[in-house]
Amino acid sequence: MRTWEKKHPFAIRWFHWINFPILVLMLWSGLLIYWANAVYRIGVGSYTLFKFFPDRFFQALAIPYRLAEGMSLHFFFMWFFAINGLLYVVSMLLSGEWRYLVPDRHSFTEAIQVVLHDLRLSKFKPPPRKFNGAQQIGYATVILMGAGSLATGVAIYKPVQFAWLTALLGGYEWARWEHFWLAVGYVLFFVIHVVKVAEAGWNNFRAMVTGYEVVTVTTSSSLAPTKSSTPAAGTTA
Amino acid sequence: MSRTNEHKFVEEPALDIARVMRNKSRRSFLAMGIGAAAGFAGCKWLTSRPDVGGVPYPLRRTLEFNETMSESYFEEAHLAPTFPRQMAREPRVNGGEGLPDNFDPFAWQLQVVDAGRPLIFTLEDIQQLPRVEMITELKCIEGWSVVVNWAGSRLSDFAAEHNLGVRSRTRPAVRNRPRDLVRYVGLETPDRGYYVGFDMQSALHPQTLLCYEMNGQPLPVEHGGPLRLVTTVKYGIKSIKRIGRITFIDERPPDFWAERGYDWYAGH
Repeated sequence: MRTWEKKHPFAIRWFHWINFPILVLMLWSGLLIYWANAVYRIGVGSYTLFKFFPDRFFQALAIPYRLAEGMSLHFFFMWFFAINGLLYVVSMLLSGEWRYLVPDRHSFTEAIQVVLHDLRLSKFKPPPRKFNGAQQIGYATVILMGAGSLATGVAIYKPVQFAWLTALLGGYEWARWEHFWLAVGYVLFFVIHVVKVAEAGWNNFRAMVTGYEVVTVTTSSSLAPTKSSTPAAGTTA
Repeated sequence: MSRTNEHKFVEEPALDIARVMRNKSRRSFLAMGIGAAAGFAGCKWLTSRPDVGGVPYPLRRTLEFNETMSESYFEEAHLAPTFPRQMAREPRVNGGEGLPDNFDPFAWQLQVVDAGRPLIFTLEDIQQLPRVEMITELKCIEGWSVVVNWAGSRLSDFAAEHNLGVRSRTRPAVRNRPRDLVRYVGLETPDRGYYVGFDMQSALHPQTLLCYEMNGQPLPVEHGGPLRLVTTVKYGIKSIKRIGRITFIDERPPDFWAERGYDWYAGH
């Protein structure tokens, strides 16, 4: 039978959705700052495969000569990013939701199977858990990346008062490099995340807004009270 | 599904599920929509506020709040790392504000205004103080950095020698801040074309130098000779070249880049 089931707690949904525009603003203000010393690239020696970023990219988004604006925005929204992220982690811990998210020793092999399945290379069916191995690794990683952005950010922002942290991250210039690549990482995460959410469909997306998901419960399941079992009214996508 | 305690079973068929989910959806999407609209309006409000020093005032207030937080954590004992001598390079010459060509370094003198009391110093007066050499990173606000071998006298030694910036006219000590120490130090080029402001604890940091040598040579004019400031505890914009006047003052001194949208504190 079909029924609805609580999937995502209120706090986690709101922290998730609040984080999205804050992260966008951090990336945007970060670009305004990065432009002033846009030195990173993918390449070997004198050969450059891709420059971050081509001048046309900066021009098209009207990024040049906005360093001061970028810094003032970055050092404003950093508080929201940090506090929202911290509250999210605390609520994960207090609600016990972390158990669905933190990978275990089976997650890694399962993640490989999920990726093969997604690439149509395997008939493996992802388990009907809240998060499969690939999701666990992906979501746990992006939370760690958030912590990494805060750490590398502090290391660049206050490299003398937090000299120990800056040193731990390899020094001032390495910390800036790490901070940049974490930002690139969010964009890659975002692309994969949106594709997977689109694939998963409306019921899954709606659950992240409403908190509830329509599920099918088989009558043979020991979880279903026999008294209320009715023939399955349909199946979910 | 394994979370039995969160199950809600219904006896009615699919029609009812659709209705319930529609209601839940309407409520939640409406709430999220209101949240999004509020966030969007908040951003519009933020960026449309009147400017203070080139940025909307809520952002300026936030920079000042961050400054308060930084100051409360600031310790003289927190030092920037130093590097081996062979890593030292010549820094890029960046910006010419306050550095016109018609400048005679041999006629140069340092003016100091301490609580309204004007004083004059020569380069020899500075060089009589203990010579401090430091091979540190110059960190530009643009995002690049370069290791330079600087030498000069600590601004704190200079202030201590001449009892500057102290209400009691005795040796300045950070622990007496703010009771006995004047709150700020302002520095400007001889033509007042470039000027920076320092909070007292950054000015008295042991890695804040009145610098007269760079990479083993007398400080070249294009790098601020005969006397510039060098500090590890702020961005390069604060390491003013060609110091003409130093003012110890309780009012926050003007700052060239802080008037153009940047953080006044700009501290590390």
